[in-house]
Amino acid sequence: MKEIIKISDLKNHLFDGMSIMVGGFMAIGTPELLIDEIVRLNVKDITIICNDAGLADLGVGKLIANGQVKKLIASHIGLNPEAGRLMSEGLMECVLVPQGTLAEQIRAGGAGLGGFLTPTGLGTIVEKGKKIIAVNKKDFILELPLRADLALLYGTTVDKYGNTNFTKTTRNFNPVMATATDLVIVQARKMVDRIDPDNVMTPHIFVDYIVKEEE
Amino acid sequence: MDKMQIKNFIAKRVARELHDGDLVNLGIGLPTLVGNFLPSDIHINLQSENGLIGLGPAPTEETYDADITNAGGQPVTLLDGGMYFDSTLSFSIIRGGHVDVTVLGCLQVDQTGSLASWIIPGKMVPGMGGAMDLVTGAKKVIIATTHTNRGKPKILKQCFLPLTAKNQVNMIITEMGVMEVRDDGLHLLEYNPEYTIMEIVESTDATLVINNPKVMKLEV
Repeated sequence: MKEIIKISDLKNHLFDGMSIMVGGFMAIGTPELLIDEIVRLNVKDITIICNDAGLADLGVGKLIANGQVKKLIASHIGLNPEAGRLMSEGLMECVLVPQGTLAEQIRAGGAGLGGFLTPTGLGTIVEKGKKIIAVNKKDFILELPLRADLALLYGTTVDKYGNTNFTKTTRNFNPVMATATDLVIVQARKMVDRIDPDNVMTPHIFVDYIVKEEE
Repeated sequence: MDKMQIKNFIAKRVARELHDGDLVNLGIGLPTLVGNFLPSDIHINLQSENGLIGLGPAPTEETYDADITNAGGQPVTLLDGGMYFDSTLSFSIIRGGHVDVTVLGCLQVDQTGSLASWIIPGKMVPGMGGAMDLVTGAKKVIIATTHTNRGKPKILKQCFLPLTAKNQVNMIITEMGVMEVRDDGLHLLEYNPEYTIMEIVESTDATLVINNPKVMKLEV
């Protein structure tokens, strides 16, 4: 059995200056309830790792708008003008990473890899300051793994063991982030007794706490 | 042609580059229109990098599902045979060379096949999203764009904006013509007879290799 916590218990797992991976793609598959609570608690100087900057009033965009994000690591911030403004005014550090590289950095972080070699970004500013390694006479950029203190995921269906399924395009970065952080908290849209083992996308061993959406 | 007619004209010509069974990723904007012009006997698989293959049209009120979106976060539908996957598999598909064709827009593209599409320093910093992986990994990269931007050439000898990828573009399709990047330069393969060759050359900063180009035959 996995421990189900109240949304008000989330504060026990948060601290200023922490790094948080947040599932979702343009806020599709983002645990809004958990984000709202972090906004309410006003945790400061957060490093957010997320595919994008969300929208002004959706997803990690809410944390950005509330001035809680010190550093954002994302592939795209175009739909959130506030993120662009904070970045250009130097109020938020923003590291833009190719989406496939971001996904693979998180995978490497969760899979015990020391990094990986990708052709993406060769000949662009992405390769700046990074090691270029030739394999079979082809150049690759050495990209390093990414980990964080906490992952916040949005499970569509979560069973009492913590096994999680993410429906349709809400899956995106959720399963890989579950592997790459010290602590994993899942917001559950729906709790069930048991998910068909064939349909488990994140095994319960990765999940630490569940917050039920109904509450 | 007005703006929309130009976009449709370009999209229609791009559609002719796609083959039955191709796995295709279409960028946001003009490239999205390509799907509207596929001949009825050509069935392609559209990928959306947020995690699906089998991208269908925008939903009706009945088929709307908030959990199905494209890479722009817009609601879409899933076609029969389609499926979902996570971001790591999505980019294994993209980087791994499993995408046959990607169609993208550009800020600038040059005669060596380098592309700039994700940042105008000091002005616009949306980020590269999946574009760098797509351009690097897809077997064929087609840039679908208006030939100029407010009269200024977009097809250059060398891009001066930060690159999305170096030497990865295969083909450029505009309202003026079809160009292919080859080792010996940028070849004008087809031209739109609404323009003279001289007009096309004058609208292009890149050096065009012109060797009996064919006429682009498309009704608007």
